[in-house]
Amino acid sequence: MIEIERLTKRYGATTAVDRLSFTVRPGAVTGFLGPNGAGKSTTLRMILGLDSPTAGRATVDGVPFAGRPRGLRHVGALLDAGDVHGGRSARAHLAALARSNRIPLGRVDEVLAEVGLGKAAGRRIGGYSLGMKQRLGIAGALLGDPPVLLFDEPLNGLDPEGVLWVRGLFRRLADEGRTVFVSSHMMAEMEHTADRLVVIGRGRLIADESLAEFSARNAETSVAVRTPELAALAGVLRGEGAEVDVTDEQFGIVTGLPADRIGELALRHGLVLHELATRTSSLEAAFMSLTADSVEYLAGDAR
Amino acid sequence: MSTLSVRTTAEPAPRFTDLLAAEWIKLRSLRSTYWVLALASLVAIGVNLNAVHADLTYIDHPPHRMPGMPPYRYDAMWHSLGSISCDLMAIAAGSLGAITVFGEYTTGLIRTTFAAVPDRRGVIGAKVLLIGGITTLAGVVVSTVSFFSCNAMLASRHVGLSITNPVSQRAVLGYALIVPVCALVGMALGALLRHATASIVSLVVLMFIAPLMFGGDRYRWLHEIGSHLPLAPVDRLTYNPDSNTTLSEWAPSVLDSWITMGVWAAVSVAATVLVVRRRDA
Repeated sequence: MIEIERLTKRYGATTAVDRLSFTVRPGAVTGFLGPNGAGKSTTLRMILGLDSPTAGRATVDGVPFAGRPRGLRHVGALLDAGDVHGGRSARAHLAALARSNRIPLGRVDEVLAEVGLGKAAGRRIGGYSLGMKQRLGIAGALLGDPPVLLFDEPLNGLDPEGVLWVRGLFRRLADEGRTVFVSSHMMAEMEHTADRLVVIGRGRLIADESLAEFSARNAETSVAVRTPELAALAGVLRGEGAEVDVTDEQFGIVTGLPADRIGELALRHGLVLHELATRTSSLEAAFMSLTADSVEYLAGDAR
Repeated sequence: MSTLSVRTTAEPAPRFTDLLAAEWIKLRSLRSTYWVLALASLVAIGVNLNAVHADLTYIDHPPHRMPGMPPYRYDAMWHSLGSISCDLMAIAAGSLGAITVFGEYTTGLIRTTFAAVPDRRGVIGAKVLLIGGITTLAGVVVSTVSFFSCNAMLASRHVGLSITNPVSQRAVLGYALIVPVCALVGMALGALLRHATASIVSLVVLMFIAPLMFGGDRYRWLHEIGSHLPLAPVDRLTYNPDSNTTLSEWAPSVLDSWITMGVWAAVSVAATVLVVRRRDA
């Protein structure tokens, strides 16, 4: 379990993370979403004690992570696949990590095989593709068999097979009862991976709920109508409490009434319909409009 | 959603030796770094041996004595523990020290390291001990091999020095220990600057350029600064009183030189540990 309480990080006049509070629970994959520069990586670094917060606190299983003498058995983390020395082999890199935490060296080959790097283990990391480095980073996170796992943009650079594998891995880790916290700036990635979402923008919390709640609340349904008698239909629909966004003479977007009700009302008033289509905005669009709002709100607020 | 919870697998007590072993794996798995030290050591010994070997001819055919000058005396200390080799070892050890620290920061590896071992003092302590240890070993090898081989060559000309002489012991020890001191200074610069070029340039300035600026016989305070720079103690500690060379009237005492070396080492370690612990990784 990861608990964040009023966590704040300022760099001079810039506030990267602003009084952020949320809890990441075990047994689920929690997506950590926000546009670039929202403060996701800074938050993850503060959870790991790499950066010290300006205010507030972050604990993992009730304890600030920085206070632990050794970390790999408590938290497995992949922050940036590039956080390695290109001159070492994958095996040497993991061997040093394992040794520092008194993890048997046999575990190194185990995790390398698990992420599919068994054959490349002896090669210099500098020659790896981004996808291979991501796999190496995941191997490092798995070394200590930890109850809490953090991944910062783990899908970057992975091929489609790799993406499917990572999703399966996260699901399995969560089903085993672990806390899995995965950041991303792409809603589409999280839609198929996460059970819960923590959404931030400009360092502030925007949403903290299950994926189902998020989509019920944010994925808006609208109905597109095309009719030569739009003005008349719009009057009828507004009378029923709907909102009609008139795009041109014959085309409008209706929100607040389902398509079947609109069809019935048109029939009752003898209005011709050429087109009637339900549209569901994607979670990606919902995410974008949510975070865009937060940016606008903050820009006005800060002044 | 599963309600089952995963317990942390039984964690063995943390040991400093594990961190030392991990640093050893890191050092061993980057060939370029330790090769620098091994190669520098070989070249340093070679330079000293070659210098003394070339001198044998001059010893056999000493220059004519100038009127009013003392008789020519060959300084076996000055030639067997030469300053070229000392400078070479200083820059090799200093670079190795700096690389082991800034190498982790510039690659970003430091974040992986500290995520695995949040005990930063332990990590940096292990680095200091390991780098200090292997550079001490290199210094001792270069110093003793140079001293014994050179003076064995000179023994046939009856100008060699014996290790039983306390001045020889002091010189061999000082010539060896300056190597780890330089490595620690390099680590501190690497930790403070976290930048490859900046670390190496400042190392060169501190060891080789600054002595040129803080010398001369005009102002004592300038001279005093110069005799407390990192490499300055070696000159005093390898000084042979039984030679034609005379010390400057402001030359530091032997004890002063030992203290200078000790202070550079201690301040470097303290600065390294402090900045690594305090700053965001």
